[in-house]
Amino acid sequence: MTKRTVNLNVPVLARVEGEGALDLGIVNGEISELGLRIFEPPRLFEKFLEGRSYMEVPDMVARICGICPVAYQMSAVQALESILGIEPTPWIRDMRRLFYCGEWIESHSLHIHLLAAPDFLGFANAIDMAGKHPEIVRRGLRIQEAGNAIIRFLGGRSVHPVGVRVGGFWHAPPSAAAAKLLAELEALLPEVEALAGWTASLPLPGETQDFECVSLGRANEYPITQGRIVSSEGLDLDIADFDSEFKESHAPHSTALHCHHRGRDYLVGPLARVNLNLDQLPGETRKLLEACGVRFPSANIFHSIVARALEIHVAFVEAIRLLKAYAPTDTPYLEAAPRAGIGFGASEAPRGILWHRYELDDSGSIVSARIVPPTSQNQARMEADLRTSLNHFGLDQPEERIRHHAETVIRNYDPCISCATHFLKLNIKKKA
Amino acid sequence: MNRPRIAVHKFASCDGCQLAFLNAGEALLTLAQRVEILHFAEAGWIDPFAEVDVAFVEGSISTQHDIERIRVVRESAKFLVTIGACATAGGLQALRNGVKEAASWVADIYASPEYIECLPESRPVSAHVKVDLELWGCPVTTEQVLAATASLLNGVMPVNPDEPVCVECKRRGHACVLVTQNAPCMGPVTRTGCGALCPGVGRACYGCFGPAELPNAASMAKHFEQAGLARRDVARRFLFITSTAQPFADIGQQYRDKEHD
Repeated sequence: MTKRTVNLNVPVLARVEGEGALDLGIVNGEISELGLRIFEPPRLFEKFLEGRSYMEVPDMVARICGICPVAYQMSAVQALESILGIEPTPWIRDMRRLFYCGEWIESHSLHIHLLAAPDFLGFANAIDMAGKHPEIVRRGLRIQEAGNAIIRFLGGRSVHPVGVRVGGFWHAPPSAAAAKLLAELEALLPEVEALAGWTASLPLPGETQDFECVSLGRANEYPITQGRIVSSEGLDLDIADFDSEFKESHAPHSTALHCHHRGRDYLVGPLARVNLNLDQLPGETRKLLEACGVRFPSANIFHSIVARALEIHVAFVEAIRLLKAYAPTDTPYLEAAPRAGIGFGASEAPRGILWHRYELDDSGSIVSARIVPPTSQNQARMEADLRTSLNHFGLDQPEERIRHHAETVIRNYDPCISCATHFLKLNIKKKA
Repeated sequence: MNRPRIAVHKFASCDGCQLAFLNAGEALLTLAQRVEILHFAEAGWIDPFAEVDVAFVEGSISTQHDIERIRVVRESAKFLVTIGACATAGGLQALRNGVKEAASWVADIYASPEYIECLPESRPVSAHVKVDLELWGCPVTTEQVLAATASLLNGVMPVNPDEPVCVECKRRGHACVLVTQNAPCMGPVTRTGCGALCPGVGRACYGCFGPAELPNAASMAKHFEQAGLARRDVARRFLFITSTAQPFADIGQQYRDKEHD
C-alpha cells in the first residue's frame, strides 16, 4: 500500500482568484514534493508606479485586484497622507471604515458561497449547489450585493471605485442615498445573523494545527483600516517596522514571494483577526459567536469560514452604525502641497494585512513603491498546512480524494493569486 | 434543446472583469440556466480546451504560454469576446511596453529572474488572434456582459456604444468638470459605458473605457496644455489604463517625447 508513487498535478486550481497550480509528489507513503505554484504572469506594478504622481496611485493600485481594490486604495492613501502630513477628519475616517466594510461583506460572501461552501457540501460549484440549496446561495448573493452597494455609495462602482482620492473622498453622497442604503442593510441583518450559524453547522474538518496568527490590532476598534501589527506570540509592532520582523524570499516555483516571521510561516486573514481581536467585537457579534458553538480563539484553520461570516456581521453592524450617524460634509477631502518623504500604510484587506511603503520626491512623484499582499504572507502557511493536513488525511487515500482535500485546504485560505503576483519585493540580490 | 456553451478565460489581469458575472446576483443563476458553462475557473468549471459557442477572455497576453493558450481558445470558440481593458488594450500593465529599462525590471524585482517567464510587452488579445467583439472598460460592467450575452443568445450582434462620456454626462445632468473646474477631463475622447461616474463625483474622467469613436485626441491634448498641464502630465492622461489604444498611444508618446522641448 505504501509502496505506490503518486504524482498529482492540478494544473489550474478552481474557485480561487487568479491562476495557481499544485504539484504534489508522494513516494513510499511520504510527501516528496509539494509546491503551491503561482504562475500568474507578473504585472510589474511597482516599477511602472515609479515616476507617476501620488494622485494617480489610488486608481493604479486598485487594478492589482478586482476583488479587493478598496484595500489597495486604503493602504495607499494612508501611506501617502503620512508623507504629506494630512490628518484625516473624523468624517473621512468614518467613511473609510464604512467603505471598507462594503468590501469585507462583498469579498467574504463571495468566498463563502461561490468559492468555499461547495467543498463542504460536495458540489463542484455554487450553481450546482444552488440546485439543492437555492435559498442559501440566493442569501449569499444578496449579502454580496449589499457589500457592493456600500462600495458604490462612496465609490461610484464596486470594482475599481472612483470616489477615493489622496486626502479623502471626491464627494460626500447625499443623505437620501445614505438613508436608502441603511434601510437595505437593516432589512438584510437577520439573514446575516443566520449566516454565521449556518457556516458553523457545515461539516468542517476538525483538525487543529500550531500556527502564529498576525493581524492589525490595538486600534480601539475591530481592526479594518488601521492599527499596529500584533500576533498570538505577543508581537506589537509599528507598521513602519514591518521589515524588522518579516522577511520575504523568492521561491523557484512561484511568481509570488513567500513571507516569513522570524523564519516561520504565519497566518493572516479573518481567522487570525477574530482570534486576536475578540475583545473588539461588537456586542451583537459576540452573542452570535457564543451561540454558533465554535470556540475562539480557534486553532482549526477550517473555522476561517465561520470567522468570515462573523466578520460580515461586524461589517454590517459597523456600516449600520455609521450610516445612522451619516451627514454630508463640505470638506470630504483635505489637500496638502507635495513634499518628499517615505510613508507606510497597512490595513486589513479581506484576506489579511496589506502593507504598503512609498517614497515620494518633492514634486510628489513616486520614487519607489513596495507592497506586501496577504496572499504572499499566507503562502508558506498554506504549504505547511497542506503537508500536515494531507498526512493527517492519509496519503494512502485514492488520488481523487487527496486532490479534493488539497484543493479544499488551499481554498479555505481564500488565496488571491492576482494580488500575490503583482507586488514583489524590490530586492536586488547581487551574486558574489 | 442544447443550450449555448460558454467559457470564461483568464490571462494577466486583476480578475475584476470576471466579477461582472460573479457580482450579477440573481442574474448569474438565470444565466447558468440559459447557457452551459464549460470553463470558468474562478467559478469552479475547468475545461480549458472545451469547444464553445462564445468564449469571454479577460486579461492581456504577456507570456509565451499565453500566446499558445489564446490560440487554443480562438480555435475552440465560434465567437470570441474580450472583456475589459487588459484583453482589449493590454491593460495598465502595458505601461511597461516600449520602456527601454523595462527589460531589466524582472531582474530588479525578483531575486531569481530565471524563474520568471514574461514577454517584454503586454499586448491585447487582438494582437495575436481574431477577436469578434471587444467590450471596453476597466472594469466592464455586469450590464455590458449580460447585454452582450443576451444578444448573442438571440443571434444578433450586440450593440456596443462608442459615443463619448460627455453624452452620458449631459444626460445625467452633471456639471461639466472641464468647464467649471478646469479639470483635465478625458470625457470628450473616452468611450461611454461607465455611467459618467467620475464627473458624477466631481472629478475628471481618466479614460478607463478607452477611446471613443473618432476622438479628437490631438485637440484634447492641446487644450490640456493650454489649461496649464505640463507636457509630461498631458502624456500621462493618455498613457494610463488603455495606453496601447490609438490614438491615445500616439498622442501620449508625442507629448512624452517633447516633454523637455
